[in-house]
Amino acid sequence: MTGVSDREILASIRDLRVDFRIDAATTLHALKGVSFDIPAHGTVALVGESGSGKSVTALAILGLLPAANATVLPGSRIAYGGRNLLEIAPRERERLRGSAISMVFQEPMSSLNPVFTVGFQLVEVLTKHLGLSGGQARARALELLREVGIPEPDARIDAYPFQLSGGQQQRVMIAMAIACEPRLLIADEPTTALDVTVERQILGLIAGLQQRRQMAMLFITHDLALVAEVADHVVVMRDGEVREQGSVAQIFEAPRDGYTRALLACRPPLEHRPRRLPVIDDFLDGRVATPGVADRSRGLRGDEQIVLDVRHLAKRFHFREGLFGKREFKAVSDASFKLARGKTLGVVGESGSGKTTLALTLVRLQPASGGEVLFDGENLLALSPRAAMRYKRRFQIVFQNPYASLNPRFTAGQILLEPMRIHAIGANDAGRCAIVCELLDKVGLPQSAFFKYPHEFSGGERQRIAIARCLTMKPEVLICDEAVSALDVSVQAQLLNLLQDLQDEYGLSYIFISHDLAVVRYMADEVMVMNGGEVVEIADADELYASPRHPYTRQLLASLPHGWRGGAARSG
Amino acid sequence: MNPGATMAGRVRFGSAGLWALAWRQLARDRVGLASLVVLVLCLALVAASGAGLIARDWSQEVGVSYAPPGFMGPDVAHLAPESVPARAAPPRPEVYGIEDPLAGVLAEIRKDLAGGSTTESRAPTLVFGGDKWGRDVLKKTIKGTETSVLVGLLAAALAVFVGTVLGAYAGYYGGRVDDFCNWFYSVFTSIPYLLLVLAVAAVLNQKGTVTVVLILGLTGWTGVFRLVRAEYLKHKAREYILAADAIGASHASRMFVHIFPNVSHVVLVQLSLHVVLFIKSEVILSFLGFGVGVDTVSWGSMLNEAQNELIIGKWWQLAAATAAMAVLVTAFSLFTDALRDALDPRLK
Repeated sequence: MTGVSDREILASIRDLRVDFRIDAATTLHALKGVSFDIPAHGTVALVGESGSGKSVTALAILGLLPAANATVLPGSRIAYGGRNLLEIAPRERERLRGSAISMVFQEPMSSLNPVFTVGFQLVEVLTKHLGLSGGQARARALELLREVGIPEPDARIDAYPFQLSGGQQQRVMIAMAIACEPRLLIADEPTTALDVTVERQILGLIAGLQQRRQMAMLFITHDLALVAEVADHVVVMRDGEVREQGSVAQIFEAPRDGYTRALLACRPPLEHRPRRLPVIDDFLDGRVATPGVADRSRGLRGDEQIVLDVRHLAKRFHFREGLFGKREFKAVSDASFKLARGKTLGVVGESGSGKTTLALTLVRLQPASGGEVLFDGENLLALSPRAAMRYKRRFQIVFQNPYASLNPRFTAGQILLEPMRIHAIGANDAGRCAIVCELLDKVGLPQSAFFKYPHEFSGGERQRIAIARCLTMKPEVLICDEAVSALDVSVQAQLLNLLQDLQDEYGLSYIFISHDLAVVRYMADEVMVMNGGEVVEIADADELYASPRHPYTRQLLASLPHGWRGGAARSG
Repeated sequence: MNPGATMAGRVRFGSAGLWALAWRQLARDRVGLASLVVLVLCLALVAASGAGLIARDWSQEVGVSYAPPGFMGPDVAHLAPESVPARAAPPRPEVYGIEDPLAGVLAEIRKDLAGGSTTESRAPTLVFGGDKWGRDVLKKTIKGTETSVLVGLLAAALAVFVGTVLGAYAGYYGGRVDDFCNWFYSVFTSIPYLLLVLAVAAVLNQKGTVTVVLILGLTGWTGVFRLVRAEYLKHKAREYILAADAIGASHASRMFVHIFPNVSHVVLVQLSLHVVLFIKSEVILSFLGFGVGVDTVSWGSMLNEAQNELIIGKWWQLAAATAAMAVLVTAFSLFTDALRDALDPRLK
């Protein structure tokens, strides 16, 4: 076993097997014999895509697996402090869970109780596990809030969760997790729900706390770039099995397993732009992308045909305040840009920067408050709903969440037929079905998908259906609103390749909205940076990433995870 | 054969998938399945009685007055008619010196009654007893079940229809439409329920099954409205509705083709709940005398009669109506629970 031999070991997981009973006939083998060690003062990163079993491992260590349908198979061992955690009494385990082992979850917004102040929730943990009196607990809570970097802790201790930002909420969750000075902190995707700049701060905080308190940490993530920054030891998981484990240096410098290599390669690199992103199957089949093919060049020459000209687009929301008062919120103000035919405009920004509002206003899913959208010389925003129907099919949008954007009661076939029926594309249903079959093939889905319901597809497959739905109308402009953000990196690579193929084939123009700077750099010819509803900078992609002019763009780029090489360069 | 054509053929039957899943879930629920069987039997009985196959002659006076159930044996009083004082009217003195104008007719009736043929052919006992006029309680109960179930189903269908349409419009359009519907709803719910029912009854001003259906249907839609409205509020903001808007689907299509199938489980459960509620309401209305007409029998009118009978110890009509109601309402409630579990879209 490639353990951590030179250091003291706090917990060791041996041959952990967990089964989930789905129904009477089906059992899912969530973990198929997972073994690794957690050193007493180090950080172990569990890396894997969704369904790899990384969260199940964490829940098994904590003893929080749902008792109704999960079984830990005999022979599994979680050794901690000389005992097997799977065999001790539930009561003792509960005591251990609060004090010696604690956990930070992914969603700070749903992990805090919205009706109690953060102080109350912190004090509750302290009085329950440490037996402190009310006054002592409050003093300790203040100290903790200060330690996790909450500004003005004296005022914030009486704040309700909704009065704090997402980053501050996650800080409070971390304060609760370290309140009882645990020896092992499990962080399950603690920064996934946060913006990049906040992610950076939280990572710094966690790493600092781990150093200062000499805790052991199990850091669960899907993002290998983060791993390089926080972990000493990496465990790569897939489908309930450990594919590879080793030190950070070994994993990044000399990955032995094909899957690890694929994970490292399928994220769009920041240094260059391959014509096609390698996908996992390439590595598992041994087909590594040929290095000889030249990179794709991006950027505008200046003489492209302009398909879409947006001038001074604005969107304001009004809130009622008091009896007669009205408060105005500018979601997008004075956004002007041009989209060239067959090119991609990337839009980046943090949450609340107005990216999605911009997209919805462009396709008239929300009325605009001002400005013009010129398409074929016609101002789309000034058209009546009836007149706008003619333009609707030429102007399509792919949404972020493939789990929400398909009607759960329609089959894939019905989903794809509907837009053609509305716009009278194809002579009859038989002709339309032929088009649907063609499109399914194009987006890489089998014909059998026609009769399946959305819940029978994976996230990536659903997003393919959403893309195919847009393609039925042969649009000219396709807006991708965080279209790949909810997907695993390997699936992300496949979809980015698909989008690129479609652009090459149909000459589609994309507005590609994402918070992921690496993905935008890979896809976009031109990049627009938004902050607080305003466009702060537009430039050719390569130019913007190489020499950002606006301070906000610089701040955004600085918060990109450095990855292994970046991290090594920084420390060395 | 053209593959496109066969696909188009199958697309129409595509929506079986989720219902098939719900059915599989329901089939696993033993209580739900048992209540479904009871329900189907009840409905078959109602259908048979509606078609005139059974209990058609419920209004025939086949037994003696208050004929006891068969298992209790005949009433002693009827066995020995001699011991009963003669029913003949006592001789009245001609106080006013006027001759009774009806005397001849009455004498004839008396003669008929005394040596009448009907009394002899009347049965001394009936399967589950008889009522005051000697009608078979069992047949009466079957006929009453027909009325009550019919009223329950039709009124629930009406109420759920009104509630769903109003709720869909209010929730989907929001703004002024929503305000208007909510005002309407508030006005309706601010009136005490029974008062409202009596007011509608007074306005309709006639008795009959259709009237009861209208009364219950027009007053009972409020709960459905609230729930459907909330579901529409939730669904109209979902991305799949935005996506439908983006491809150019009309408002009506978004409301009833896209959203409705996703809230249909709520509507179905409400329908089933309201059937139970309205069956009980019909009983109360008929009991209070605002229900079905005198020529019709329902559980409520049976209970209304039963309160006088109970004093003189004739319990069977009460027992029959209560038992039938208890069985059907319990089965329906349990089935509703099972239905809700089966249709709960946990798949999403």
